[in-house]
Amino acid sequence: MALKNWALRKSLWVYHVNTGACNNCDIEVLELLTPKYDIERFGMILVGTPRHADVLAVTGACTRQAQPRLQEVYRQTPKPCVVMAIGSCAGAQGIFAESYHMGAGVDTAIKAVDPDAIIVYVPGCPPKPEAMIAAAVKAMELIKTL
Amino acid sequence: MNAFGIIGIYIAAAAGTLAIGLYLRWFDRKVTAMVQWRKGPPWYQPVADVLKLFYKETLMPATARGTGFLIAPAIGLAASALVAAMLWSAVLTPETGFVGDLIVVVYLLLIPPLMTILGASASGSPHAAIGASREMKLILSYELPFFLAMLVAVIRTDWTLQLGPIASAGVVPLYSISGVIAMIIAILAMQAKLGQVPFDTAEAECEIMSGVYVEYSGVPLAIIYLGRAMMLAVMPLLLITVFWGGLEPTGWGIPAFIGKYLLLVVLVTLIRNTNPRLRIDQIMRFFWFGVAPLGIAAVVLAYLGKAWAIKWL
Ligand code: SF4
Repeated sequence: MALKNWALRKSLWVYHVNTGACNNCDIEVLELLTPKYDIERFGMILVGTPRHADVLAVTGACTRQAQPRLQEVYRQTPKPCVVMAIGSCAGAQGIFAESYHMGAGVDTAIKAVDPDAIIVYVPGCPPKPEAMIAAAVKAMELIKTL
Repeated sequence: MNAFGIIGIYIAAAAGTLAIGLYLRWFDRKVTAMVQWRKGPPWYQPVADVLKLFYKETLMPATARGTGFLIAPAIGLAASALVAAMLWSAVLTPETGFVGDLIVVVYLLLIPPLMTILGASASGSPHAAIGASREMKLILSYELPFFLAMLVAVIRTDWTLQLGPIASAGVVPLYSISGVIAMIIAILAMQAKLGQVPFDTAEAECEIMSGVYVEYSGVPLAIIYLGRAMMLAVMPLLLITVFWGGLEPTGWGIPAFIGKYLLLVVLVTLIRNTNPRLRIDQIMRFFWFGVAPLGIAAVVLAYLGKAWAIKWL
């Protein structure tokens, strides 16, 4: 089990899902790859398909259109996996809460598929890359409890 | 040698090559990070990646043909393991082997990409289907120049078709005009065989979501990872054996061998980091109308050099 935890913690592959973000959070996610932050130090890389992913980096307020797709992406991700709700939008729909085009919200949508899903929130509009790295570290701690 | 001895050597060579391949994967990523002025992953990263994939869930798409989808990566890995065993035995004990093992190696090297195509087609995903068709065209483009490059080495070593004698023939094919051209062609073909940028159209992760590998997860993905690490270790070894004199059993032989090995891997990494991805039609045009005529010219030069006994041609 120790080996399993170690391997899961040291190699988090991230898939980026945009559920209707204003693109600012997405730019901050890409910032993580730049020389200044370089998340590959922790073994994290961005991958192109949810089937390879361990972390779903969800940005955006989860619109009605995006909600079923987000749920499908979560179903297609091999478990164990962590959902990172990045930004105020993904956390609690931010300034768009109660708009006519909103879905249920990222955490509610994911919990509807899997009640035991691990969700980490990264507040901010947009959050700083440092905050995302801190969230990734917390996600690693959570994986330990699996 | 009895059967158990042969199987033991096979397993030892495969495991050793796997370890070297995983190390080279890290080396490749570290050099990439250094090129981009980053710190890069820690040395155990490939091991952690593979272990993690073994602990992950394996998902099967509803549209997939289960057996073909799951077994294809394993066959690819087995083929590259066999190549690794044959190459190491040719490098370490040149007198063993059989006539024509160069041809067998070249054919065995075709199996991993073929298995990639098979697995991608069996997954029933449209992204994977596009990736598979691109991979097929990629094989068609680089295979002919690759054969021509090998032919140059065969001609320059007096029509030797056996890996061990080619490596220890005394004539190093690289130290001649035709040899240099053949080496350049072989490096380009190696880049395409390893599926590295600029020839990674089959798995372009931003346009077709990792293409041929899009549906793989968990254990099969780990096997694909291992297979690719194995290929990264095998291809430079083949090039050194055929073109660059293999492993000389002298005092400086081993450091020189390691230096050549790392030089080729660094070359792969640098080409990968300094080029954009090509479209598949550009790749075909490049290999057929650019590289293949060059290969024919190299073969003619090598033949003339042999006929007129000119060493440097
Ligand atoms: S949290 Fe702010 S920056 Fe991020 S998507 Fe929402 S509005 Fe844009």
